[in-house]
Amino acid sequence: MANLKELAARGDKFTGGHRACAGCGATVVARQALLAAGDKPVVTTCATGCLEVVSTIFPYTAWDVPFIHSAFENSAATISGVEAAYKSLKRQGTVKEDIRFMAFGGDGGTYDIGLQALSGAMERGHNMLYICYDNQAYMNTGIQRSSATPKGSATTTSPNGKKIPGKVQFRKNLTEIIAAHGIPYVAQSVVGNWSDFTKKVEKALAKGGPAFIAVLQPCRLGWGYPPELTAELGRLAVETNFWPLYEVEDGKYKLNSTPKERKPISEWLFLQERFRHLKRPENQAIIDEIQKDIDLRWENLGKKCSL
Amino acid sequence: MQKIILAKTGNEAMALAMKQINPDVVAAYPITPATEIVQIFSQYVADGEVKTEFVAVESEHSAMSACIGSCAAGARTMTGTSSQGLALMYEMIYIAAGLRLPIVMADVNRALAAPINIHCDHSDTMGCRDAGWIHIFSENAQEAYDSMIQAMRIAEHKDVRLPVMVTTDGFIISHGMERIDTLSDADVQSFIGKYDPMMHLLDIKKPFTVGAINLTDYYFEHRRAMVDAQNNALKVIKEVGAEFGKKFDTNYGLIEKYQLDDAEVAIVALGSTCGTAKVVIDKLRKQGVKAGLLKIRVFRPFPAEEIARALENIKTVAVLDRSDSIGSFGGPVFTEVRSALYGSAKKPQIAGVVYGLGGREIDMEQIEGLFMDLKAGKIKADSVSYLGVRD
Repeated sequence: MANLKELAARGDKFTGGHRACAGCGATVVARQALLAAGDKPVVTTCATGCLEVVSTIFPYTAWDVPFIHSAFENSAATISGVEAAYKSLKRQGTVKEDIRFMAFGGDGGTYDIGLQALSGAMERGHNMLYICYDNQAYMNTGIQRSSATPKGSATTTSPNGKKIPGKVQFRKNLTEIIAAHGIPYVAQSVVGNWSDFTKKVEKALAKGGPAFIAVLQPCRLGWGYPPELTAELGRLAVETNFWPLYEVEDGKYKLNSTPKERKPISEWLFLQERFRHLKRPENQAIIDEIQKDIDLRWENLGKKCSL
Repeated sequence: MQKIILAKTGNEAMALAMKQINPDVVAAYPITPATEIVQIFSQYVADGEVKTEFVAVESEHSAMSACIGSCAAGARTMTGTSSQGLALMYEMIYIAAGLRLPIVMADVNRALAAPINIHCDHSDTMGCRDAGWIHIFSENAQEAYDSMIQAMRIAEHKDVRLPVMVTTDGFIISHGMERIDTLSDADVQSFIGKYDPMMHLLDIKKPFTVGAINLTDYYFEHRRAMVDAQNNALKVIKEVGAEFGKKFDTNYGLIEKYQLDDAEVAIVALGSTCGTAKVVIDKLRKQGVKAGLLKIRVFRPFPAEEIARALENIKTVAVLDRSDSIGSFGGPVFTEVRSALYGSAKKPQIAGVVYGLGGREIDMEQIEGLFMDLKAGKIKADSVSYLGVRD
């Protein structure tokens, strides 16, 4: 696995000059993923969303690798087609290089509207890595709730109101849904831990077959925090067990990091505007429920990892 | 060149054309009445008779998405669908054309739900007539076969570079068996030639971005370029049709005139109904009735000038639509034909007739009755009527 010095020497394939917000985690994901790919040729695609919109404003592009965007819900299906073309043309001898395929999608385009296309692509076994940059809401359309939005979060379609204090439901566990497809490699990583993320991308690309990485991606606009805290908020999500770093390789679960002392979830919540209303005493029960859910999920994950 | 005579259904004919084209990638999802096309094609793949990578996707939306990825990656790409499947592709239909990808699709025309119906009308493909695809209708299995082969050339032409859909009428053509003249694999291959895309995603040494966001400063220009490509296609379709005729003895144009030049009464139609109409016209001509047919083979690009010229000397014309444009003044064929005639100095009396929705039969007696009504002046000009419906 490449160290930081080696990664830094590789030169960006996702370049500066794009229009992302200061402190945007999505662009960090794209840049580090392509750094991790190194000299291996990759063809990329992206779902409609922040990452695509900020990086491909015609006639400019931030992608120094072949890139296609087609629609919001189908980045897995689009790259399936690219990969099928590769298989066909490689077999016929018109394409010589060994190429890997990488798709990006936000939580809306992955957990929700794109779930079918993603599931289909995983089941069919395309040689591709799908990276979900999960910022826990539809940030590109103005911070609406998705099925990745955590309980208690205020969004523009699950606002904190007089009767309903933010999102009522817990988030969907997509990583486990994809793991249930029995594909060679599934992992969770986070913005703020470059080493964990780039290692996982390298591993996924080397593995062959379908691979999936869900990356928790703090969004300074949608979450409401100062831009310099992006990496910090990512790491804190791991230290509170909200977002465990783990991988499922050929069906075998492995925890990649265990916090020495689990921090209470309130530490993570209270740094963000979207959970501000939870500070009120009458909402303490919601925090308790969130904590209980995190503890339960952690316990279940622990069982899977020690199997 | 030697033609091989076979008995084939429309679906079999289209599948055979696909096999002989031997595309690099096919991505498809089954739907009645188009299922057989990719089902038969899957067998070719399983038997190693084609070099194609077949992607059995989980939906039509993904079928067209995969076709877009594949075609952008420089692979000759095809699919097949119908009705609800085409409707599910609808978003991607626009994207395929907007990205200027020469995908060829076999579409078996079928009514759209609700109520659910599996039989023929043209509502499905008419619903995406403004998407930028070239839209070719077939009168029978022979035309479906021949048009599929021509479609590849038209789509990939450097002045066009747009996707093409070739349609047949659901069950009427798709499941009806006919005698067709087929070509050898070598003849098909030599006609379509090698595909050499200008740019593609697998050319990793020349990375480029496909599908970038266009804001107010570029979107309009890129859409305008599609208009030019459609206009160019008018000429290219005729050239490819003429070359096909020269090589294989069957000429194809944008429209076909049948007993039209001296006709007093005429109908305009698409698809299988044209075959039925020709038989009726032969019968009426023997009785001294000057009846004629204008068959529109290519609906997009719309050959407005040719249509206007072909109809200008006819007294009365009925335009048959096998789909309705609910809430507008008549079906899409009627409104466009009537619009095409607006600038003509001489123009016929013209009426719209919607028929055959959801597979409702149209028979020779009905078409004969229509001609006689036209002749007797019973059909009011500039009106829209519904033929064969219980009102």
